Amino acid sequence: MSFGVLENVRKVFANQELGRGAREPLVAIEEASFAFEEGELVSLLGPSGCGKTTLLRIIAGLIPKTAGSVRIRGAEVSEPHPDFGFVFQTPNLMPWRNVLANVLFPMEILRRRDAAAVRRAHDLLGMVGLDGFARARPHQLSGGMQQRVALCRALVHEPALLLMDEPFGALDELTRMEMNDLLLDIRARTGATVVFVTHSISEAVYLADHVLVLSRRPARIAERIRVDLPYPRSAQTRYVPKFTALEHRASRALGVIREAADAAA
Amino acid sequence: MRLRELFGREPLKRTLYPPLGAALVIGGWHLACVEFDIATAVLPKPALVLEAAIKDWELLLDESWVTLKATAYGFLLALVVGIPIAVAITASRTLSLMFYPLLIALQSVPKVALAPILLVWLGVGIESKLAIAWLVAFFPIVVDTAAGLQSTPRELLELARSLRASRWQVFAKVQFPAALPFVVTGSKVAVTLAVIGAVIGEFVGSTAGLGYLLLAATSQINSPLAFAALFALAALGILVYLAVVGVEWLLAPLLPHAAPE
Repeated sequence: MSFGVLENVRKVFANQELGRGAREPLVAIEEASFAFEEGELVSLLGPSGCGKTTLLRIIAGLIPKTAGSVRIRGAEVSEPHPDFGFVFQTPNLMPWRNVLANVLFPMEILRRRDAAAVRRAHDLLGMVGLDGFARARPHQLSGGMQQRVALCRALVHEPALLLMDEPFGALDELTRMEMNDLLLDIRARTGATVVFVTHSISEAVYLADHVLVLSRRPARIAERIRVDLPYPRSAQTRYVPKFTALEHRASRALGVIREAADAAA
Repeated sequence: MRLRELFGREPLKRTLYPPLGAALVIGGWHLACVEFDIATAVLPKPALVLEAAIKDWELLLDESWVTLKATAYGFLLALVVGIPIAVAITASRTLSLMFYPLLIALQSVPKVALAPILLVWLGVGIESKLAIAWLVAFFPIVVDTAAGLQSTPRELLELARSLRASRWQVFAKVQFPAALPFVVTGSKVAVTLAVIGAVIGEFVGSTAGLGYLLLAATSQINSPLAFAALFALAALGILVYLAVVGVEWLLAPLLPHAAPE
């Protein structure tokens, strides 16, 4: 059986304000069904506001679904699970804690802050190249460094499933590419299963084993693309014809190059 | 290192200019007294005020101590009572709906108007002054603490929830630390108000304290002493404010930005 299984997941937000006092239910996710295996990295790719973040939050158990089922390792997800790690769009660090204390936050909540936890936090910080910054305050770090700390925090309790919500969206292109490689490196070392939400086509393809393309709202899964490019991937990967072909396929599924394709035909 | 943060650049200017400004104002005051031949009863010369302060320093110190006690106790009690109330109204929508409007209504009552009633209830001793100081200090602490607790970033709360943090963990590890800068800000306002509250109490009825001394000296047309009491009061206000700043300085490692300015 697959590690994670979504079946007919549907999400309707009741009574959304639509301006002028009109209130109507908003269908965020029409229908989503897919499965992923242990150790896989799945990208959820979709246009802004299509409901991909909502879908991720449902998988995380942060918000309830209207219908359908989400099972991780065979267990239905109806509330957050400490075996998940979540990386938010913003680094979301606590300004009153230093870097190390931020990374250790999950261990405190889970009451597992011991010497081994501190060692692991240091190891993770080393992995993301922040060895010397354990005592620094978040405001002394750049955006990219902060997001690396957030990544360490999401991994410190060794979650089986890492959920990432456009974590590198606010970073500049170069930093984002660095972070992509860093994520792949960490995944290779930890074997974590990752669900990664993004609206960047190249990021989605570069990272993933599978790209799930979501349609505009109400979201449904428009296409499932298998990325059969070998790991480890590098900047070179971005220029092989197969990569470009996969990007093309994702773009077409998103509907962004339909006109170009029509014109060519 | 941290002293440098406190004084920043241009340490000489920053230590010299404030006293220079004060000296200019006092000089102008003296000149005005001499030039316009102002009666001592109306405005005593600075030298006379200083003389009175030196002559009666023990009296001033004793009365300051009385006012300081009422201020400090009132302020601390406002912290002890105000923070839990702020926590209660932010934690429970029911409590908030029931008591927040009442709190606002209470705030709109001028505290001076309550002073005579409190005096009747609590007598002319320190209790009534403490109560008024408490009453004026209490409100900014409740409001600022509540605002701080409510302004906890939603994503931080979500992070805690994703780890299934208990309500207590969310409060102790996320909400309260996030609110701490607000508590400090509220305390700065509150402590200055507490001085005013204590003095109001002393004005309305008392047998000791700087407010009492001020009234007594004016009624005897001892203006130099009245002015000396006024300066003592100002010094007291600055002292308690600085005490809060000192606590803030000690708390700096827990506050978002470790630069007290």
